[in-house]
Amino acid sequence: MDNFEPKIVAFCCNWCSYAGADLAGTSRMQYSPNIRVIRVMCSGRVNPLFVIKALSIGADGVLVLGCHPGDCHYIEGNYKTMRRIPLLKKMMKQLGIEEERVRLEWVSASEAAKFAEVTNSFTQTIRSLGPSSLGNLKQSSKEVKHG
Amino acid sequence: MAKLKVALYWAAGCGGCEIATLAIHEKILKLAEVADIVFWPVGMDFKYADVEKMADKSVDACLFNGAIRNEENEHMAKLLRAKSKIMIAYGSCAYEGCIPGLSNFYNRQLTFDRVYIETPSTENPQKIFPQTKVKVPEGELELPEFYDTVKTLGQTVDVDYFVPGCPPEEKTTWLALEALITGKLPPKGTVISHSVKALCEECTRTREEKKIKKFYRPYEIIPEPEKCLLEQGLLCYGIATRGGCGALCPQANMPCTGCYGPVEGVVDQGAHFLSALASIIDSNDPEEIQKIIDDIPDPAGTFYRYSLPDSLLRRARIK
Amino acid sequence: MKRITIDPITRLEGHGKITIFLKDDGSVANVYFQVPELRGFEKFSEGRAAEDMPQITQRICGVCPEAHHMASTKALDELFHVEPTSAAKKLRELLYSAFFVTDHTTHFYILAAPDFVMGPDAPPAERNILGVIGKVGLELGGAVINTRKQNHWVIQTIGGRPIHPCFGLPGGVSRAINEEERVQIEEIAKQSVEFAKLSLKVFDDIVLKNKEYLDMVLSDTFTQKSYNMGLVDDNNKVNFYDGKVRVVGPDGKELCKYAPREYLEHIAERVEPWTYLKFPYLKKVGWKGFVDGNDSGVYRATPLSRLNAADGMATPLAQEEYDKMYTTLGGKPANFTLATHWARLIELLYAAERMVELVQDPEITSTDIRNIPKAKPDEGIGIVEAPRGTLTHHYITDERGVIKKCNLIVGTTNNYAALYMSIKKAAEDFIKPGVKITEGLLNRIEMAWRPYDPCLSCATHALPGQLPLEVTIYDDRGNEVKKLSQGI
Repeated sequence: MDNFEPKIVAFCCNWCSYAGADLAGTSRMQYSPNIRVIRVMCSGRVNPLFVIKALSIGADGVLVLGCHPGDCHYIEGNYKTMRRIPLLKKMMKQLGIEEERVRLEWVSASEAAKFAEVTNSFTQTIRSLGPSSLGNLKQSSKEVKHG
Repeated sequence: MAKLKVALYWAAGCGGCEIATLAIHEKILKLAEVADIVFWPVGMDFKYADVEKMADKSVDACLFNGAIRNEENEHMAKLLRAKSKIMIAYGSCAYEGCIPGLSNFYNRQLTFDRVYIETPSTENPQKIFPQTKVKVPEGELELPEFYDTVKTLGQTVDVDYFVPGCPPEEKTTWLALEALITGKLPPKGTVISHSVKALCEECTRTREEKKIKKFYRPYEIIPEPEKCLLEQGLLCYGIATRGGCGALCPQANMPCTGCYGPVEGVVDQGAHFLSALASIIDSNDPEEIQKIIDDIPDPAGTFYRYSLPDSLLRRARIK
Repeated sequence: MKRITIDPITRLEGHGKITIFLKDDGSVANVYFQVPELRGFEKFSEGRAAEDMPQITQRICGVCPEAHHMASTKALDELFHVEPTSAAKKLRELLYSAFFVTDHTTHFYILAAPDFVMGPDAPPAERNILGVIGKVGLELGGAVINTRKQNHWVIQTIGGRPIHPCFGLPGGVSRAINEEERVQIEEIAKQSVEFAKLSLKVFDDIVLKNKEYLDMVLSDTFTQKSYNMGLVDDNNKVNFYDGKVRVVGPDGKELCKYAPREYLEHIAERVEPWTYLKFPYLKKVGWKGFVDGNDSGVYRATPLSRLNAADGMATPLAQEEYDKMYTTLGGKPANFTLATHWARLIELLYAAERMVELVQDPEITSTDIRNIPKAKPDEGIGIVEAPRGTLTHHYITDERGVIKKCNLIVGTTNNYAALYMSIKKAAEDFIKPGVKITEGLLNRIEMAWRPYDPCLSCATHALPGQLPLEVTIYDDRGNEVKKLSQGI
């Protein structure tokens, strides 16, 4: 897939990972331009539905970035994320979506390098997985017959 | 006052919604006083040709149950939509796909191979498969084409109302029929039920705090009769299911499986339940969390038991 | 060639289409009975947790969900190597008997009776349950509604819900009944016995005492000499919930009697390209085409077949009626398809009597209703009699109890070949050169399949695909000219 440029949505929590992303930017670190950042107040705000929605409307991969366990600004929000994402991935696998298309990482406000490293490695993972097949349904849902 | 004209039809359903309609029991005589049933294959001898002869919008209401599985289902959905003033998606199949929707884990080819070749009782050495057009010595026979993907009624035609449940319980059915009879219809698009909230509101079991260290399969434990089933580790779907049925399954000591569809305003019932269920796992250790998750043998089949076609993804992706 | 299509067939459960091809002189060239529906349970059960199967498979049919729920639960007992408690078995059979009461009532009065009460040629607008109630009166109509309502209450009380119960688990059932409920169920059971007796009287008055109908019942048009299948208990009496499958020939001789795990040695299914439903047949006799007789593997699994395959009924009043029926029909086995309606009412009586027996058993209110499985699951087969025929559920799972393979042979599926033959014969006998094709005549052809009480949603649990494709082209003499295929 030479010309495939993955579209990646990254949910970043306001207090840690978004700040870390900011720091990566102001520090002029190089990282994949493939990510589209959506800032949420807490990674616990990320309803699994958001991940599925992102994938169903054209994202090839979804990153969920939050504070390290124990550091959540809202105390327990990231624990909820820690429980939801693995179950989501197990379910997605049954639905034919590779588990590698969703990744949960902890990135603190000072971990600019980690942010860059995560986005780069995730983009590479998605590049080798290829485009998500979910986009196909949008087209075929308009037609009623299937050839 | 002219009698209402009502049509009832089944697409890819099971007949349960017909029995559910009959579950109004003696009220059927009340219905017969004010309505003429102009089409109902289970109990009346009107044929497709009779429907085709009807004028457009001459049927006051059509209660359509069953999912859209094949060409014939789709054709009848469109035909009845044209002939009817009001189209009601009656029952979970028409509303969200229901059990036939589980077929969206697979596709035509895979199902085909299983049914006509692999099943151990099938003797089919020539690998004959049913076809949409077959020449026989006397002429040609047709079968409706089967689509890869099951769809809901709402994904096929414009639907005015939804009646949830697999099947709708008697009081839910009567709520819809009464609205038709009295003409006091709710806003278009309403899901007709006594409740917009989760089933827990109706359930008589006592609820305390939800913290799960282990999920149990129903055959593994004998649950306590008064306590919330989810709190006891059973995968009770009540927290993410619309109420209105009376919480019958928890009363029978079995966890709710979600047949009344999503709570008002929820777009994807499966994701909703997944989120709630995962949130109450009582652990902050990734390994322990994974172990607890492994207690759930079939997340997608459990969470999307009735709603796979209506979910955001609609079907599994098959390589 | 000119053709007549009956589409859809009505007053049954499910979808079906009859196509009658006519020769130039107006006689019948051939008849096809196509079943255009399927959903795919045998495939999409794969990956599901085994304990969910009673609730998933019961959505094969909402008219007989209890049958699937029960066959599935019994398959789970074997799968998990766990024996249900004695009380649990009785509760299961009690619910099951109440279910038979509702289902057979539904069929006779709502689906079948219109033909006899209103007459086969009555206008379609009147030929239905509302017409029947109008004619037989509100008292009988009310009794029909009440019997169904009360027995659905019994199903809900024992099984959790009136339609699509939820109580089946490997090793038992999920809830017990208390004494208050037991008393009410007993009252309902006794009333159901009276209702069954009344229904047999109705049948006697409306059908047997009507010469035109009695002639139809005994006519050659509606006679078919196929094998008979049904579950029997240790005394070879009809039992709906448990036992061995017995097959008896049109000549009355026992062909075989097998336990559930042996079903694959006895039943095979074949495929035709013009229908989605498969045709089961008896392996030991072999497939000889759509013909009846001792040499053909076509068999029937209907109420009449069950009575033919058994040596009698296990309850006294039903046994009396059983004897009366066979005396009237000239002995066993009875090969008169329309007599299936009669046999169905005798089963209704048995089911009600059985309800009384079970609900009076002191163990029925026991709270010892669950045995917890200890062994690892692997394979299980459960067989019950559905109202429409012998029902087989066969599951193979991994060691976590997740379904790997599922095979189902469903009530009406058993009857597909015989049913098709019944339709064909009726069409050939009624449609003759010069005979005017009226709606009433077409309905009389439909009366040939109605005794089977088909449940085509049940029958076609399975889903096929569209490709591969094979087309055979015949000339006007029926010789094969060309065969095209792709993907085979």
